[in-house]
Amino acid sequence: MSNFIQSSIGKKFIMSITGLFLILFLLVHLAVNSMIVFDSSGELFNNAAHFMTTNPIIKIVEPILAAGLIIHLWWASMITLQNQIKRDNNNIGFKRYKIRKNNSTSKWVSRNMYILGTLIIVFLVIHLANFFWKMKFTGDPLLAHDSNGVENAYALVTSAFISWKWIVALYVVGAIALGLHLYHGVWSAFQTLGWSNKKWRRIFNGFGIFVSIILGGGFAFIPLFVMIKSMI
Amino acid sequence: MKLTLKIWRQRLPKEKGKFETYYIENVSRDMTFLEMMDSLNEKLIQEDKDPVAFDHDCREGICGCCSMVINGRPHGPGTEITTCQLNMKAFKDGDTIVVEPWRVKSFPVIKDLIVDRSAFEKIMAAGGFVNADVGSAPDANSIKIPKDKSDEAFDAAACIGCGACVAACKNSSAMLFVAAKVSQFALLPQGKTEGLKRAWDMVMKMDELGFGSCTNTGDCEAECPQGISLTHIARLNREFIRAGFHKAAAENK
Ligand code: HEM
Ligand code: SF4
Ligand code: FES
Repeated sequence: MSNFIQSSIGKKFIMSITGLFLILFLLVHLAVNSMIVFDSSGELFNNAAHFMTTNPIIKIVEPILAAGLIIHLWWASMITLQNQIKRDNNNIGFKRYKIRKNNSTSKWVSRNMYILGTLIIVFLVIHLANFFWKMKFTGDPLLAHDSNGVENAYALVTSAFISWKWIVALYVVGAIALGLHLYHGVWSAFQTLGWSNKKWRRIFNGFGIFVSIILGGGFAFIPLFVMIKSMI
Repeated sequence: MKLTLKIWRQRLPKEKGKFETYYIENVSRDMTFLEMMDSLNEKLIQEDKDPVAFDHDCREGICGCCSMVINGRPHGPGTEITTCQLNMKAFKDGDTIVVEPWRVKSFPVIKDLIVDRSAFEKIMAAGGFVNADVGSAPDANSIKIPKDKSDEAFDAAACIGCGACVAACKNSSAMLFVAAKVSQFALLPQGKTEGLKRAWDMVMKMDELGFGSCTNTGDCEAECPQGISLTHIARLNREFIRAGFHKAAAENK
């Protein structure tokens, strides 16, 4: 089995499984967050967030999720670095050809998955420090519990988006990076798993674009919605 | 036409190369790219200079020798053609043309534009064959093969082993080549004897020889002179992953 994991296709197999798993999580995450839009009292969102932080299934899934992200990131770094070192017979490093024209033959996003991934991770660290860390460990006055012990996550989230424009900007950039990562990532994961032929290639391609618009657009929309609503 | 050529010159495999600039006149629009290179070489020989070494053989798009990156595209501008099929009509009077060898670590430069593609032969030797019966030849058409399968195997078998896919790939991955070679056998009953072992052995050889891994960007497919499709890479992935699981199951027994 270790042979398989170390092979070029085996490494990609791990990338695709962890990537798809992260997408599943993000879909649930977006569903919970969309309550912010649908209920301006915040009650729906608070209850959903409370359920997500206390539910035993989530307690099991959380470490798996963290492991999935770390593995995805680690393998991505290994693959990208090895590919950079391996490719050139002239050792001119980043400048492999004097001229290279591939704008019409492949998508920019597919050639820059690591850069987009790095943007996602930068966003993620700030995002976790902002909300997850406060809810889980340090606490925040805004989070004051109601009589049922449900924290007011709604207040924490919306006040951040209302008071700081740069946070909104950061979230929009993060969401766009995610959307672009998945614009290539989703179909690529199915291709890596071998689930493609003439017919299914087009279906997975379309599905990938759909998922990337839903997740990228969805996560960008929520902070913008909260900010704009507070201004009118 | 008058052209300016910037061509990679490298005398020996280990020596550092550099770009040289040449000016050439009287290029006819009816010439092929290689004929233009020939006339440059004639001029260089007359001037007592070392002609540019480039690989070529069939000059009709079937041997896969003519490996050159022309103005940033393997086999030059245009789709589904090799350098020898490239016509000078693709260029204009006064153009500057940059010509480079495949830049692939596993294909070291031998001289100027010629690279050593024997890594592909090593991959073939690792699994790109079928076991055949000795004795008299079987009757033609005695093995029934569905049309769609034979068509797809035929498409894969069109690969000429030119290496443009690797030259085009940002990772120098040989996946399209290996996928074509695995597909042409995996789809046919004749290839079943070696089965999953073929995909396993060829991919392991490919990794060992230092080719990169696949990011599914698709530059290979776009630059392939034979139009080999990425769906063959999906088949290779399928075969290899299945081989991996079979191996794991066998180890656990
Ligand atoms: C929540 C976030 C993320 C999701 C949902 C995600 C999802 C995916 C998916 C589905 C793929 C396609 C896998 C394949 O081609 O088989 C992929 C590829 C990739 N991801 Fe991510 N990813 C995320 C975060 C990251 C991060 C943080 C990095 C690292 C900096 C990263 C770097 C990459 C790279 C480099 C590839 C392409 C690997 C290759 O084929 O060469 N991703 N991602
Ligand atoms: S797959 Fe296409 S580009 Fe690659 S070696 Fe075969 S013919 Fe050349
Ligand atoms: S010289 Fe044979 S393919 Fe170009």
